[in-house]
Amino acid sequence: MIIELGHFALILAFCMAVIQCVIPLIGAERGDVGWMNVARPCALIQAALIIFSFAALMYAFVTSDFSVVSVVENSHSAKPMLYKISGVWGNHEGSMVLWVLILSVFGAMVALFGTALAPSFKARVLGVQGALGAAFLLFIITTSNPFRRVFPAPVDGNGLNPLLQDPGLAFHPPFLYLGYVGFSVTFAFAVAALLEGQVNASWARWVRPWTLGAWAALTVGIALGSYWAYYELGWGGWWFWDPVENASLMPWLAGTALLHSSVVTEKRGVLKSWSILLAILAFSLSLLGTFLVRSGVLTSVHAFAVDPRRGIFVLLILAVFVGGSLTLYALRAPLLKADSFFAPISREGGLVLNNLLLTVAAATVLIGTLYPLILEGVDGGPITVGPPFFNMTFGPLMVALLVIMPFGPMLAWKRADLLGAAQRLWWAGLLAAVTVLTVLTIVRQGPYLAALGIGLGVWLICGAIAEWTSRIKLFSEKTSRAWARARNLPRSAYGTALGHAGMGVLVLGITGVSAWRVEKIEALAPGQSMNVAGYNFQLESIAKVQGPNYWANRAVVQVTQGENHVVTLYPEKRSYPVAGMATTEAAIYTHWISDLYVVLGDRQGTPESGAWAVRVYRNPLVDFIWIGAIIMALGGMISLSDRRLRIGLPARRRVVPPSAPLPAE
Amino acid sequence: MRFLTILFFVLWELSIPALAVEPDEMLDNPILEARAREISRELRCLVCQNENIDDSNADLAHDLRLLVRERIVKGDTDAQVIAFIVDRYGDFVLLRPPLQTNTLILWAGPLLVLGVGAISIFVFMKRAQRRSALVLSDLTPEERARVQSIIENKE
Repeated sequence: MIIELGHFALILAFCMAVIQCVIPLIGAERGDVGWMNVARPCALIQAALIIFSFAALMYAFVTSDFSVVSVVENSHSAKPMLYKISGVWGNHEGSMVLWVLILSVFGAMVALFGTALAPSFKARVLGVQGALGAAFLLFIITTSNPFRRVFPAPVDGNGLNPLLQDPGLAFHPPFLYLGYVGFSVTFAFAVAALLEGQVNASWARWVRPWTLGAWAALTVGIALGSYWAYYELGWGGWWFWDPVENASLMPWLAGTALLHSSVVTEKRGVLKSWSILLAILAFSLSLLGTFLVRSGVLTSVHAFAVDPRRGIFVLLILAVFVGGSLTLYALRAPLLKADSFFAPISREGGLVLNNLLLTVAAATVLIGTLYPLILEGVDGGPITVGPPFFNMTFGPLMVALLVIMPFGPMLAWKRADLLGAAQRLWWAGLLAAVTVLTVLTIVRQGPYLAALGIGLGVWLICGAIAEWTSRIKLFSEKTSRAWARARNLPRSAYGTALGHAGMGVLVLGITGVSAWRVEKIEALAPGQSMNVAGYNFQLESIAKVQGPNYWANRAVVQVTQGENHVVTLYPEKRSYPVAGMATTEAAIYTHWISDLYVVLGDRQGTPESGAWAVRVYRNPLVDFIWIGAIIMALGGMISLSDRRLRIGLPARRRVVPPSAPLPAE
Repeated sequence: MRFLTILFFVLWELSIPALAVEPDEMLDNPILEARAREISRELRCLVCQNENIDDSNADLAHDLRLLVRERIVKGDTDAQVIAFIVDRYGDFVLLRPPLQTNTLILWAGPLLVLGVGAISIFVFMKRAQRRSALVLSDLTPEERARVQSIIENKE
């Protein structure tokens, strides 16, 4: 019964979304306040209905109701509770419900807290949100219904893919969706602004917090996914340039650009149409990501053609919203006039350069991801675009961006003095240079580029610190006055510094693990050991162990360094009988600033020899990658808490997931 | 992430999980083995989603790894080994697409976007400058002198 109610609520929500789209948009066009005011209750009711619907679906998963097809296909009675819950969005249908859930809750937040918005503008924003909601609800109801029943109900379910039964991945999709869908709000604001025909500082002030929130959530989501790949897939890589990864990186790049351009639009009233375009692009790339992941087009264009129903529907949504918004942009953007001018060397100029590099980087990822699909589609022959391509194209763009990054915040608005900025950065540059030389003397035989990479990381971190010290005038004035300044410095300044420093930490991590990873693979029988990077790894024993829904071969590996015992590691090779799958569980120990990473392979040689393949990695600095990402997201959140961004809107907003539908665990 | 890779695992090789490079595949000569690993990272496992043969667990990747090592032992250069594999499996096997007619747009694309972006910004800045000059030219000579003195005092 609850399932049918959930299903019914979803259909009602669709009807609400249609009304929320049509009536307020017409009302705003006619200037009819009564019609405009329909938006608010619609948005609230729609959100309530979808929350109920999502809760009903979760109820089905938690109680293992195997008369529901998606529960049968993605759950199992023996599964731990956390994965029963995460199983709700661990599949296509459920993840789409999560998508519209976040969309409608964000819509409700705009409806509730957007009291300072002009009525017609608010009606248009909610109207666009309603249109998005209607499109995706229709998609769910017609092609991906999670409430479909099956009769007779099977005794048990198929279980969730074991690789996905992992805490890191349980929370990866919700964060990713908070990011993707968060950009839907900036998109709605952009389209509404185009319909209104004006963009002012208050528009940018509204868009910035949503961009910040979406960006921070997306950063966390991507980092979680990358960390999951690192420890779960068992070969210690952290980024693969996989199309699915690229799908989340593209909106992140566009969002990062928007984050910076909306500052210029807010503070200086320039780059208005560019900010609007970026807001449209960030969400379009999110939609594209959804299409790529959900349509099956990535496996092969031909696989997509076999069951194209879902793919074509999402493609249609993509075409309508992207095409529609870009057409509107082409018609209306020329109306947007800049309020001021700026010289090429200025904070604005720096941000323009930032935006150029970020958008070209996003375009590069887009080209690399779509090119093989398009070529296959036009029978141009199958080709592969793999990591070497992205490293050669995306890499240099990012390096250029990072080298100039510390200069940006040092430049004054309107017209700046590059020499002055350089003077305030001299010690950061000196430290970076000293670091490069130190690294070169320590590791004589190269790789030499790695020294530059470490230097770049230090340059970014010191640059961020230099920005802070020069803002509070730490060395040029009395210390007590500097501290007073530090207290009064707006939080967004701290956010910027943290975000940039986090990028520096990330660069250190990438450089460390790319340049100095040590890897060794050997066949070991119990009692035998191998030496890797000064550590001794002894395979003590291997035994069968039983887990809740799997059994595993678990090795006991003693790690010693000289005389000292470092740690005992337990790498596993698991078998999940329900899914008929095996996974490797790497054992990871962080010793100083390196990860010791041990994976158990297959049995080697004859059964009597008792030997197993053991792979050992030492990954220097690798954790800095995720620490850096978390620092960046933290910077975003601190910026978000800036008082100035709360003008006109109450304190409670965004990235915190809505309380009812998403469980704390 | 990599849901599709995983799905592929599920469909393709339910019960044969090997783990990338195996000890018994490796060459005894560390220099040759290092070359084999380097080459392996440039070659795609054809039955996987976007994985190189060095990381892949598939049987085909295993065969390709052995083939690479066989060619190296026979004295092929790195380029010859790669050419040998491409002859049999086509460009699809290369993770770094070769520069040829059907990949021209791919390789030129990022540069093209960068060029167009840079030129647009240049034009935009020029236009903005002209407009700001226009604003100044509306002023009377006295007003312009005053504006000039204000600007100079500030700097």
